[in-house]
Amino acid sequence: MASAPKEPVQFSGAGPLNAPISGVLTWVDQRFPLMSLWRDHLSQYYAPKNFNFWYFFGSLAMLVLVIQIVTGIFLVMHYKPSAAEAFASVEYIMRDVPAGWFIRYMHSTGASAFFIVIYLHMFRGLMYGSYRQPRELIWIFGMLIYLCLMAEAFFGYLLPWGQMSFWGAQVIINLFDALPLIGPDLSTWIRGDFVISDATLNRFFAFHVIAIPLVLLGLVAAHIMALHEVGSNNPDGVEIKQHKDAKGIPLDGIPFHPYYTVKDIVGVVVFLFLFFGVVFFMPEMGGYFLEFNNFIPADALKTPPHIAPVWYFTPYYSILRAITEDFMLVLAIGVAAYSLLIWLTARNQLVKMAALAIGFVVIVLMKGGPLAIEAKVWGVAMMGAATLIFFLLPWLDRSPVKSIRYKGPRFKAALTIFVIVFLVLGYYGTQTVTPAGTVISQIGTLIYFSFFLLMPWYSAMDKTKPVPDRVTM
Amino acid sequence: MSEQNTDQGKRQFLVTATTVAGGVAAGATAVPFVASMLPSERAKAAGAPVEVDLSTLAPGERVTVEWQGKPVWIVRRTKEMLDTIRANDSHVADPKSQKKMQPAYATNEMRAIKEEFLVVVGICTHLGCSPVGKFAKQAEAFDPNWQGGFYCPCHGSLFDLAGRVYKNKPAPDNLVVPPHKYLSDTRIVIGEDTKGA
Repeated sequence: MASAPKEPVQFSGAGPLNAPISGVLTWVDQRFPLMSLWRDHLSQYYAPKNFNFWYFFGSLAMLVLVIQIVTGIFLVMHYKPSAAEAFASVEYIMRDVPAGWFIRYMHSTGASAFFIVIYLHMFRGLMYGSYRQPRELIWIFGMLIYLCLMAEAFFGYLLPWGQMSFWGAQVIINLFDALPLIGPDLSTWIRGDFVISDATLNRFFAFHVIAIPLVLLGLVAAHIMALHEVGSNNPDGVEIKQHKDAKGIPLDGIPFHPYYTVKDIVGVVVFLFLFFGVVFFMPEMGGYFLEFNNFIPADALKTPPHIAPVWYFTPYYSILRAITEDFMLVLAIGVAAYSLLIWLTARNQLVKMAALAIGFVVIVLMKGGPLAIEAKVWGVAMMGAATLIFFLLPWLDRSPVKSIRYKGPRFKAALTIFVIVFLVLGYYGTQTVTPAGTVISQIGTLIYFSFFLLMPWYSAMDKTKPVPDRVTM
Repeated sequence: MSEQNTDQGKRQFLVTATTVAGGVAAGATAVPFVASMLPSERAKAAGAPVEVDLSTLAPGERVTVEWQGKPVWIVRRTKEMLDTIRANDSHVADPKSQKKMQPAYATNEMRAIKEEFLVVVGICTHLGCSPVGKFAKQAEAFDPNWQGGFYCPCHGSLFDLAGRVYKNKPAPDNLVVPPHKYLSDTRIVIGEDTKGA
């Protein structure tokens, strides 16, 4: 082999290794970039030294992913993906398989834990502007992970074949039914039958245990590679790479390992306390983590008297329910006002004209008599838009500063209101429909979209504070 | 091979042709996989017509039968229920059943062949939940002036006792009336009708 000798291996942060081990490492390193991977991503990945509490949730998300994959593998050993046997096989896992209940509760609690951790992780990004240039792709990969997670949760929820499994899937697949022209054929294709059946369960099993996890792992790798390429943001939103020492190491950076690996272990311990507290003492979490109706086998003839998705989908579910025929006028007026706002403030003539033209088309499709699309389709569209609009954040935020620490009162107020509205929508999504709940969800929907769509204006107008040169602790 | 001898036009053509051919082949590979997810022959064969005996159904009551994996409701409507439906036109979105949610022979005021019996697929036209029968005339959380009908627990759509959807509810259409026909006064077949009748 004619490869050039590699540079001597550096062991920063570790004590001197004895000769046989370093000999093996050298042998491996000449054939595989083991130590350079270790250095690039851990021992010489310099992260800002001012990470706080909010920076636990990235590594916790990785931990939950591992919990889900490991418990999932062991559940698959006993689960039967067939309409005739699925429900009974889950009960078999719960009652007869040694430690089956434990593994299943870890998996079911893990699903909710995943969303708690991811929502907090996303909130961190919103607070500190982690989505801003040059980290747009990290944010986009992250959002794709979030979408995959929603798909994973949705497909997995059918598998126990309980009443909520069945009717939840029925509702979500019927969302596609609402699409013009291709809708009915598309939903039949997704189900593999004219109703939710064995065929549907079988394919959801395939998606849940192999297809989506593979995509998810690839996206997680891309998310971290992109992060390590540009470097982590921090609570001050300043770029630590702008101040480096003579060796090219950021002055405000510390090696991820051992500093943040050790810090994250503390986070992991606290997290696991809470996680196993739920697993052992309240795995159903009052019907929020495991819904009571799902302990009844699927019955295609009878919808449970009260159905709601699992808590992590409820904000979007509220938005779906909020779009009724009489709300379309309000939406159309909102679109008109928004087009007008762009027309009045945009500098580019093309943007001005496009805003008016697109606004006009949307209004016609909303309220244009015979040309109007029915409210049901708009509900589905708005629900989809509510998840997808996060992708645009890097381009909607026009503030000269990244972090909330230096942003002005407008952004702080907007973010606070957004969080409250997200929670309120989430709450109403778990409740039965009442006229008051619908009106609150409709107001919530308007505020939800305003947070994003008005951001280019309020973030630019905001009075920001001067950003320090270096990170503060 | 030196650059001077390269026929750039030919090289470009070959690269493009290979890419296009490869792309088409890759796209065509998806066909069997996409096709495999369509309903199987067995699924298509299921869904034979169902015969129901109505003689045991008391006035004001409902029976649910399964047809093509879906619930089909048959409600024996009382005189009072029928009067309620007639008085309800102003509350529903499509009182005259103008949208094709029923066969021609059920396109009438009561959306039925015989007005006594309502036959509808018990699947909400919004997102496919099965609404709950709330036949009593009484104040409900979802409507203080409830006249009796069906309430969808998922998204709050309301239907009257002719399966007509209330205005301003998420469901866009009336409940579907399946093809059906009477074999005798008290026997009915769901999933089959006399064509052209």
